[in-house]
Amino acid sequence: MGAKVITITSGKGGVGKTTTTANLGIAFARMGKKVVVIDADVGLRNLDLIMGLENRIVYDLVDVIEGRCQLRQAMIKHKQFAELFLIPSAQTRDKTAVSPADMIQIADKLRPEFDYILIDSPAGIERGFRNAIAPADEVLIVTNPEVSAVRDADRIIGLLEANNKGPGKLILNRVKAEMVRKGEMLSADDVTDILAIKLVGIVPEDETVIPASNSGIPVTLNENSRAGIAFRNIARRLTGEEVPFMQLEETGTFLQRLMRLFTGSQSSE
Amino acid sequence: MQEQTVAIKGIKDGLLISLSPTEEWLAITADLAARIDQQSAFFAGARITVDLGERPVPKHELGTLKALLERRGLTLWAVLSDSSTTIDAAMALDLKTSTANPIPGRESSEGTEVSSQEEGGVGVLIKRTLRSGRSVRSAGHVVVYGDVNPGAEIVAAGDIIVWGHLRGIVHAGADGDETAVVCALNMNPTQLRIASYITTSPPEKRRKPSPETASVRKGQIVVETWSTG
Repeated sequence: MGAKVITITSGKGGVGKTTTTANLGIAFARMGKKVVVIDADVGLRNLDLIMGLENRIVYDLVDVIEGRCQLRQAMIKHKQFAELFLIPSAQTRDKTAVSPADMIQIADKLRPEFDYILIDSPAGIERGFRNAIAPADEVLIVTNPEVSAVRDADRIIGLLEANNKGPGKLILNRVKAEMVRKGEMLSADDVTDILAIKLVGIVPEDETVIPASNSGIPVTLNENSRAGIAFRNIARRLTGEEVPFMQLEETGTFLQRLMRLFTGSQSSE
Repeated sequence: MQEQTVAIKGIKDGLLISLSPTEEWLAITADLAARIDQQSAFFAGARITVDLGERPVPKHELGTLKALLERRGLTLWAVLSDSSTTIDAAMALDLKTSTANPIPGRESSEGTEVSSQEEGGVGVLIKRTLRSGRSVRSAGHVVVYGDVNPGAEIVAAGDIIVWGHLRGIVHAGADGDETAVVCALNMNPTQLRIASYITTSPPEKRRKPSPETASVRKGQIVVETWSTG
């Protein structure tokens, strides 16, 4: 009984962990779930910005751990969803201010009251990563279709297995269908071929993501955004629902697709 | 003579300590410590190989054993085991899991006198995929039942066999044995070394994968389709 703790991690930085955490948090909240998102990236606080909650921060994760406030006081309620909360990270401290045991303790306190606890892991494989995965029931590995990101994801999966948290599930972020078709970008098959773990979502590259993050209104709230749809689908899959993967390409007629196959060029779409 | 829980004998690589796989762990390590303390002159500075049989020993227990030996000035050099837990633990502690010279009677307890049996080299079997950052070192052969991903490496004095997709770095015959071979179901290593020879995979070979074997012939590494005979 109680919440499921899901840690979002990647190894490599900049692949979209924080964006994924924010969007999944909102997607779960839209489904009526009670959700807490925790920013475990102590010293490089970001999740609050993307969720548009920066100016509401009074207490943070480290304040809770060091006993300067109650857990409740550090939980910031989302503007739109009454049952979505953020526990921000401290900006002025570093990873050593938190221990894996602290994270387990906080997660255990939150479990009875929530459906999902999402933890945004920092990049890397050191202390911050170990803190973030310590309480996890499930781990999502975010990667991009690039060799360096996939290599780091592979390392992370190995570490998860060694910590009995593995193998985790995969989110492939920022896929450009056009480049995949031209053979310039790794395809989902190329990536799963190496990583050999379950894929729970493919998020297409989408120009609406960055402005959405900058304005603190994650793209999941945009009904028409393809990335938003992909994040909502991931959340549904994580609740156990069977959701087919969306077509990445804007499909043309059979003949058009055949033409593309031969010419490799961007035809009428 | 009653059955010993701790058996010690000299081997080419130093001292071999066999710990009974059934005895209680704490009792047996205490026994061992007592034996060493009694005969500290005999043990002084020895390189130790420990045979743990089928007992699954987790990393922290193996670490304790290593520390116990180190406190007495001994080096735990290799761990022999039939348990994958123990072998994993030994690898995590950077210990060898085989010895350079086969230990009589260890590989097959009944087979030593039957002349029709193949001698067989010592090797490690790794029954999972080696992911980026993993490193396996062995003084014998290495068999991986799984893939070897880019960023993983295997260094073996003997042969390397990958029952899966080889994409990482492998070095067979690392002690200079030019007869060592590397086999894989799908051969696509980042770098392949045999003894002092080095080669890389040709870029983008998009043919249908088939089992291949690499060996040194006339001063260079040759990769060819695997065939029996």
